[in-house]
Amino acid sequence: MAVASKERVRDTKPVNPRIKSFKEFFKRLRKNKSALIGFYVLAFLLLVSIFGAIDANYNLLGVNSNATSLTEKLEGPSAAHWFGTDHLGRDIFFRILHGMYITLGVGFAATFMGAIVGVPLGIIAGYYGGWLDTIIMRVMDVLLAFPGILLALAIVSVLGGSTINVTIAIAIGSLPQFARIVRGSTLTTKKLEYVDAIRALGARDGKIIFQHILPNIMSPIIVNTTLFIASAILSAAGLSFLGLGVQPPTPEWGAMLNDGRNYMYQAGHITFFPGMMIVIVVLAFNLFGDGLRDAIDPKQKN
Amino acid sequence: MTKNTLLEVEGLKQYFPIKGGFLGRTVNHVKAVDDISFHINEGETVSVVGESGCGKSTTGRAILRLDEPTEGKVTFQGTDVLALSKSEMRKMRSDMQIIFQDPYASLNPRKTVKMTLIEAMTIQNIGEPKEREQRALEIMETVGLQKHQIDRFPHEFSGGQRQRIGIARALAVNPKLIIADEAVSALDVSIQAQVLNLLQRLQREMGLTYLFIAHDLGVVRHISDRIIVMYLGKIVEMGDTKSIFDNPQHPYTKALLSAIPVPDPKNKSERIFLRGDVPSPIDPPSGCRFHTRCPFATDKCRTEIPVLEHKDETYAGQHDVACHYAIDIQEGRHKPTHEMKNVRKVLDEEGQDIAETKEELNQR
Repeated sequence: MAVASKERVRDTKPVNPRIKSFKEFFKRLRKNKSALIGFYVLAFLLLVSIFGAIDANYNLLGVNSNATSLTEKLEGPSAAHWFGTDHLGRDIFFRILHGMYITLGVGFAATFMGAIVGVPLGIIAGYYGGWLDTIIMRVMDVLLAFPGILLALAIVSVLGGSTINVTIAIAIGSLPQFARIVRGSTLTTKKLEYVDAIRALGARDGKIIFQHILPNIMSPIIVNTTLFIASAILSAAGLSFLGLGVQPPTPEWGAMLNDGRNYMYQAGHITFFPGMMIVIVVLAFNLFGDGLRDAIDPKQKN
Repeated sequence: MTKNTLLEVEGLKQYFPIKGGFLGRTVNHVKAVDDISFHINEGETVSVVGESGCGKSTTGRAILRLDEPTEGKVTFQGTDVLALSKSEMRKMRSDMQIIFQDPYASLNPRKTVKMTLIEAMTIQNIGEPKEREQRALEIMETVGLQKHQIDRFPHEFSGGQRQRIGIARALAVNPKLIIADEAVSALDVSIQAQVLNLLQRLQREMGLTYLFIAHDLGVVRHISDRIIVMYLGKIVEMGDTKSIFDNPQHPYTKALLSAIPVPDPKNKSERIFLRGDVPSPIDPPSGCRFHTRCPFATDKCRTEIPVLEHKDETYAGQHDVACHYAIDIQEGRHKPTHEMKNVRKVLDEEGQDIAETKEELNQR
């Protein structure tokens, strides 16, 4: 009898839906080949970028990627320099490795900053509605009316070009996207009856927002964040290419593209390899983000 | 039974603005609830019935200030509820709770029963923090759930069990008034009976007062002391349950009651079909709002708004009706201005032409 009841208790042990849905989510993610490739590529690149970030003196495996060598300039790919050298004789392969953390870092930081500000704005607009909603969303519409790169350009020209300013500029450009998505999800969630029930119990707005609305709108936020990192990286590279972003000699990929611009016909590899890396990173983020969206919510597929 | 008034609603109006145009100006209003007054005594069950869209749920939500009413006065135990500040209202909310229609939407899917119940008690600061879990277990037992289910999540329960959790959450803060917003209409008939019995038992044991919003007249007859019949945001008839069912005075109530199926094949009672659909609450008909569908309508009905008042002098209890001809119809002095049975187009609730459908079926 005692054994039987013990077993019954074990049988009825609850499975936390978060753990359960997490497992199901991974199952769905694993089925999606392209998302998985994106995930592995990103994991590998993140790992590599840590090495670049640790060493501020541009020394990796005994190679100083900032060391110029006029005797070796504009050399094509070889066993000594896998991706060749640039117009100052610097090893492109190691410069790409070192630049990785800057590129990824700007992407992550800009998106994170955008989310930190954009998500609360969207929740406030959606939850309170009325004139607050109108003001916030009209400001977001104004930001959205500028093409992203133009807005970033304007902000950088005001603040001056540096890694941090580029990050801020891109973060501001990402605000409307976050605010809009979060506002929409908040509007849907706040109409659910359990939000009314908790309101009828006399809960404060803060409690309702943080404990009942935010956890239930996390999935669109996560998906949007992943997808936005890719476009943030593109914008950062674009700004650096125009000479307004990260300043030389920092091995930022966009700046490296710019360096190689004058030598495109003699030494195409100078622009080819950084360009290829940008494509790979952006593609990986997009593949992973798309897969993430399908895995989190199989119902919304656009 | 005590006859103290617990809740008094006077001239309650709930207009929802319709925004439109370039600047989002208010173009018009949906008059969901238009000037209704009623009271609920302590320990009573009052039901609000009517078609969907007649404003019965809106009334419940307005009383709780889930939607801020446009106008009117709601007095709960002598306190003007609508005049309370936000924080005063939060304290007041422990006295008035609501049970929702959809047991699948009314519980946060990420919280276990325990979290839901303890959260309710924490918000209203009920009991010592240490005792709350024990109290949660007691409440679960009261509403007929097993104690070992306390750590489960809503998706692990059936619809009826979820509704019990909803009731438990409402009970957790020791309310005096519970507004049951279609609390059983989403459940199976057998489960409905169980939940209704539970609600009645709780009423006896805890002295609760119910405002029961429903469209199922069978359920309403079973549990309520008094009934309020609403049509298009107005009360058309209000009175003791027995009197309303035995002697409906408003043509709309008569039509509603005639729609209750009778479990007797020999009983061929006359079914009153109403013409057309419910008019839009944005631009309700003038005079008596029911005149567009009423078989007894006259010119007076189109111009003069009938007052809700006691008409039948032979009845001593409460039975108010808002119809110019309530007594005349009853005593046969006022005949229908058009015969319902001879109306060529007979429409059912969905506006489908039944007569045509039958012909089509015969042709096949």
